[in-house]
Amino acid sequence: MKSAPDETTLVPSAHPMIPALYRVRRTRRETYDTFTVELDPPHGSRGFAFAPGQLNMLYAFGVGEIPISISGSPERPKPLIHTIRNVGAVSRALSLLKHGDVVGVRGPFGSSWPVEEGVGRDVVIVAGGIGLAPLRPALYAILARRKDFQRVSLLYGARTPEDLLYVKELEHWRGRLDLSVLVTVDRAMGDWRGAVGVVTTLIPRSAFDPSTALAMVCGPEIMMRFTILELQKRGLENDQIYISMERNMKCAVGFCGHCQLGPTFVCKDGPVFRYDRIRQFSELREV
Amino acid sequence: METLKGILAEHNFFKGLEDRYLDLLVGCASNVRVDAGEFFFRQGEEANQFYLIRHGLVSVEMFATGRGAITVQTVGEGDVLGWSWLIPPYRWMFDARATQLTRAFALDGKCLRDKFAKDHDLGYELLNRFVPIIEQRLNATRLQLLNCYEVSA
Repeated sequence: MKSAPDETTLVPSAHPMIPALYRVRRTRRETYDTFTVELDPPHGSRGFAFAPGQLNMLYAFGVGEIPISISGSPERPKPLIHTIRNVGAVSRALSLLKHGDVVGVRGPFGSSWPVEEGVGRDVVIVAGGIGLAPLRPALYAILARRKDFQRVSLLYGARTPEDLLYVKELEHWRGRLDLSVLVTVDRAMGDWRGAVGVVTTLIPRSAFDPSTALAMVCGPEIMMRFTILELQKRGLENDQIYISMERNMKCAVGFCGHCQLGPTFVCKDGPVFRYDRIRQFSELREV
Repeated sequence: METLKGILAEHNFFKGLEDRYLDLLVGCASNVRVDAGEFFFRQGEEANQFYLIRHGLVSVEMFATGRGAITVQTVGEGDVLGWSWLIPPYRWMFDARATQLTRAFALDGKCLRDKFAKDHDLGYELLNRFVPIIEQRLNATRLQLLNCYEVSA
C-alpha cells in the first residue's frame, strides 16, 4: 500500500543528479573537528530556497560526495552554509577547501522541520553535538517570526565545552528574553561554570506545556532515543515529536536504496520524520 | 507570608505528601546558604542530610590526583542533592561544591532515619520519591559512559 507523502517533503530540483558548481566564500573552524563552510552559487545564480532541516549532497571533486544538512538561515539562503564534522575522506577534503575553491552541490533534498506546525504552541528544540547544525535553520525561522509561537526552548548538549558549536550565537540567544537556552556538557574540567550532565537532564528543567508542545530532536541516535523517553515522561505523545535520521545516502532522491529505513528512504522521505511514523523502524535491530 | 511547610509542600519532590508527614519534615528542615566555591559536603564525610536546591548551581565532583576535580554532574534549582544519608555506611561518595551562591533546604537525614524506623509508611513515601531520581541519574550516567557523540570514521 502506498502511503501519503509526508506534508513536509519538498520536491528536489529538476536535475537532481547534476551538481551545481559553488565557490567557497569562507570557512570557519567551530571546534577541533568541526568547521562551517560558506558557499556562493555559480555566477549570476541566486542560489535556491530551502526549508529548515533539508540537506545537500556536497561533492569534493576527486574524492566523493556526502549528505550535509544546511545550517544557515532559510531567510538568507546566500551564501549557502553547512557545518561539517571532519570524520571521513570526503569531509576531510572539504575541511581543506580555501576561498575560491569549487564544490559540487546537489539539493536541497528531503523533508523539513515542521516550523509551521509549531505556530501557537510551545516549541522545544533538543540538540546533541553536531545535531545543532540541522536545527539551527529551524530556530532562525522561528525567531524570524517569534510572536507566532508560545515559549521556545533550546536544549543543547555536547561532549565537552570545547565541542560546543556556535558559541557566540549561543551567548547571543541566551541574552534574549523570549528564548530559553539551556546548555550542558557530558564532561568538564577547569573553568567551565555551566551545567554538567547529559542533554536529557535538561528536559525536566524546561518550561513547556506537554499537552500541546512540539519537540524537534537531532543528535546521535542513542541520544535521541533517551531524549524521546524523557519527553514522553513529561507527557508528550509520539506525534508531537520530530526527529532527524541519518543514514548512508548516495543518490539523495530515493533511487539507490542505500538509506532505506523500512518502507521509507531517509534522503527522500526524511531526514525529518514525525516519531510515530518512524518509531517501529527506528527501534528494529535489523531492517 | 510563605511558611517553610508551604514551600516544602509546593516543591516537586514533596508534592502530594500527607500533611502529617510535612509537619514531621518541617522539624527536620533548615535553610542553608553556600557561597560560590564553598562545599556542601566532601567525599568521605558523614552523610547526615540531603538538600533541596532553591537557587544556584552545585557541582558534584571527584578529585583525582594529577587531574584535579572532575565534575560528574551539576544539580540546580529544584533538584535534590545527596542520597548517601539513606545507605550505610552513610558517607558521601563525592564532593559537592557550589559554583555560584546557592541556597537550599537541608533535611536532617539522621533525624529522618530515626523517623523511618518508627514509621515505615513515611519511609516508603520518601523512598518512592528518591528511587526515580536515582534511576534518572543512573540512566544519565550510563548515557555519559556510552559517549554517544563519538564517531568512528
